[in-house]
Amino acid sequence: MNNQPNLTIERSSVELTKEDFVSDQMVKWCPGCGAHAILSSVANVFPKIGYRKENFMFVSGIGCSSRFPYYVNTYGIHGIHGRAAAIASGVKISNPHLSVWVATGDGDSMAIGGNHFIHIIRRNIDVNIMLFNNQIYGLTKGQYSPTTPMGSITKTSPQGTIEHPFNPGELVLGAQGTFFARVIDAVPRLMTEVMFEAAKHDGTSVVEILQNCIIFADKTHDSITNKEHRDDRTIVLRNGEPMIFGKNKDKGIRLNGTRLEVVTLGENGVTEDDLLVHDAYQQDPGIHLMLAKMSYPHFPVALGVIRSAMYPTYDDMVEDQIIYAKANQKIKNVDDLLNSGETWEIK
Amino acid sequence: MVKTKSNVIQKDAVVVKFVGDSGDGMQLSGTLFSDTAALEGLDLATFPDYPAEIRAPHNTIAGVSGFQVHVGAKKIETTGDLCDVLVAMNPASLKANLKWAKPGATIIVDENAFDEAALKKSGYADNPLENGTLSGYNLVKAPVTLLTREAVKHLSIDNKSAERSKNMFALGMMYHLFGWGLKHTFEFFEKKFKNKPDVIAANKAVLEAGFNYAETIEALASVYQVSKAKMEPGRYRNITGNVATAWGFLAASERSGRPLFLGSYPITPATEILIELAKYKSLGAKVFQAEDEIAGICSAIGASYTGSLALTSTSGPGLSLKSEAIGLAVMTELPLVIVNVQRGGPSTGLPTKSEQSDLYQALFGRNGECPVVVIAASSSANCFYYAYMASKIAMEHMTPVILLTDGYLGNGSQLFRIPKVAELPDIKPPIAQPNDPDFKPYRRNPETLARKWALPGTEGLRHRVGGLEKEDIFGNVSTDPLNHQKMVDLREAKVQKVAEFIPEQEIAGAKEGDVLVVSWGGTFGPVSEAVEALQKEGKSISHAHFNYIMPLPKNTANVLNGFKKVIVCELNSGQFVNYLKMTHPGHNYLKYNKVQGLPFTVTELVNVFNATLEDK
Repeated sequence: MNNQPNLTIERSSVELTKEDFVSDQMVKWCPGCGAHAILSSVANVFPKIGYRKENFMFVSGIGCSSRFPYYVNTYGIHGIHGRAAAIASGVKISNPHLSVWVATGDGDSMAIGGNHFIHIIRRNIDVNIMLFNNQIYGLTKGQYSPTTPMGSITKTSPQGTIEHPFNPGELVLGAQGTFFARVIDAVPRLMTEVMFEAAKHDGTSVVEILQNCIIFADKTHDSITNKEHRDDRTIVLRNGEPMIFGKNKDKGIRLNGTRLEVVTLGENGVTEDDLLVHDAYQQDPGIHLMLAKMSYPHFPVALGVIRSAMYPTYDDMVEDQIIYAKANQKIKNVDDLLNSGETWEIK
Repeated sequence: MVKTKSNVIQKDAVVVKFVGDSGDGMQLSGTLFSDTAALEGLDLATFPDYPAEIRAPHNTIAGVSGFQVHVGAKKIETTGDLCDVLVAMNPASLKANLKWAKPGATIIVDENAFDEAALKKSGYADNPLENGTLSGYNLVKAPVTLLTREAVKHLSIDNKSAERSKNMFALGMMYHLFGWGLKHTFEFFEKKFKNKPDVIAANKAVLEAGFNYAETIEALASVYQVSKAKMEPGRYRNITGNVATAWGFLAASERSGRPLFLGSYPITPATEILIELAKYKSLGAKVFQAEDEIAGICSAIGASYTGSLALTSTSGPGLSLKSEAIGLAVMTELPLVIVNVQRGGPSTGLPTKSEQSDLYQALFGRNGECPVVVIAASSSANCFYYAYMASKIAMEHMTPVILLTDGYLGNGSQLFRIPKVAELPDIKPPIAQPNDPDFKPYRRNPETLARKWALPGTEGLRHRVGGLEKEDIFGNVSTDPLNHQKMVDLREAKVQKVAEFIPEQEIAGAKEGDVLVVSWGGTFGPVSEAVEALQKEGKSISHAHFNYIMPLPKNTANVLNGFKKVIVCELNSGQFVNYLKMTHPGHNYLKYNKVQGLPFTVTELVNVFNATLEDK
């Protein structure tokens, strides 16, 4: 008897293409919205992942991001506000042979769905979460969200917000997340690469996508994502490589005591050997947390896979327990159950 | 002491109530007493009555815990109005429960527990054992604490541990009173305390001491004899409503071939369903203790889309939290069973008390035109059957079903004739076949109006569902006005079609007459007993007890037509009567309601029905 659960997702016997995932529905996001690029990345990466097309499943909540399932030809549920993570948990636990993806936004999963967001991460259910972070409520037309920078003027904060925003990365790691990555909607190559890594990761993967809302929060990420200065204000982390960034590849991240610092190569005798080498796979989240928290202007914003640590997944452990129980419990069917314990015959 | 020969009193049925401090082990005494009664061949129904606090202050009224059991030679449908025997382990429990004892009832007390401090805490100004308060009863003052200590003296057990088994002394006395053996309870000790020989010995010694004490004192002048009940032949067990509910779902999962998924969040008095299902991973049951009520139902919706028999269990406040998600299940037309073990409301209300006040919420408590099937169980044992039927209807008709039980049914127990799973009705979920060329997400079976269940992973059936209005047949998002009207009508018609598949409403008694008593859900026991009592007197009174609420059985109008008056009895302010007035206007409706967190008593109902019969 096989004591190991078979949790592999069946692979496609034929080579799939982008067209296999194009839906027949009209895409209704605003022209220039960052979501178009995300959709295109998904269509590019799904054939590469190689699973049967019927084994992909999208789940979403409410918001602009959450229209996503209608625009990819997979199985899908467009759920209710904030609950995508909870619905996806049920999907994955019920059928671990599906590759489950959640499309959600900063309002959907940081505000109304904050509870489900931290708990799916804590449980490490094998679901890939794409968090479209445009720092605004777009579908309801421009109210501040939990990630809107403090002081921002929006329709519900005419004098500027007085709330401290969440950094999604900190929230993910605080909830004991095993995978966190950050990308920019305007860099599809990195987005595709990271989504592939997220799909490979066993456990909850969160990919934060710094997305532009052209209508209500245009250029909200511009100070870091603009091509003019992007290389100086972001750093793309790659496992095993020293943390170097800058247009001229002359800056780096070093650990000084218990803190990170930005250094310039060649200045004050700093060489590449002094820099941190990215270890996305280490279990200790200490450095990952520091990297996720880096923000402009003191630091470059970290992009790429910041953390990808191996831990058992909830869905694997459910299957393990079922296999163990089936092998060891006396009750094999409901008739056994009904007749278990104290029973007696009346004639 | 002088040994006397007791009189033997023949009884049809006896109600016993064990009461004490919440740490006194009254639930265990009651359970062991019930199990022995069942093995002696009696029918029975039980109800635990415990405080919301786990350990309220010692010796106070708030901390009183009780267990009532009704045993009999006849079919037992209620846990009994008033008790024939009250076992009270301290003054507070006596004070709180004396009003539930019949005049002349036997009251057994631990006289050692009636010290000054305990009397004061319970609010008695002076000792009720001495001041004549109990002169109308057969009072048995037993030095339970002292004799318990005495009984375990030969064992190396300290006084405090010894006193923990004083509930067994009282139980031993009860066994003598009923003329039952101690064997079953001895076996229980041996199993329960397997590796603790001292504890086994102490409990046995105390139980025996109680039995012997009762045999030798004069106060127990008489003993009861209840003959074996005449029950349908078969194999029986004792079962609580919540366990029966859980098992009904497991049976439905096995018969339908759909794996069971429960997404749930602990809430009194529904938690036992979650606890019970969590035990059966060997049957493939996946039980997800979610972070909140909303995640409970949402995870179940995800599991339902994926092909599981999806369930969520809760009580009133939890149903409120699930409302939006029930709407999603209505819109996506997915099978889902929502169990509401009702308790007193509104808000947190009376968590450990029973009520039927969530009927409106079940029927109407959602945004939009949002029909669901509503079913109510009516006994602890038939929670099994209605949980099974709720699952069958949900899957075969692709609809959410709300199953209403209540704290009284859920925590109460009854004897249950064990069915064979193969003999339960078939369940045939409408699962779409791979590459079905005719598949469209919202194409319907004309007989049921159910759409097909297309499971992720199946070739050729990729599709999306969601909370936005769906285009008829194709399931794309649609805001077309006429399509919306059509879909609203179809969802309503689909639920109404269920009436074609459920049994017709039965009437207990004549089909025509002066008064029809209508009740639903957990009140079946007392209402049926009261009606039967009056029928025996030749009164023109019949009883229709509803289990299928939405839709109502299709012969409901005929049932109501045969009577001059219809009196609807329910543990709320009149929700079912208003529902009947709305769906079946034109009858002479009367109502009788009670919202006290307590069940109906047979006595009060007999009085009400007599008044209704007499009032021309």
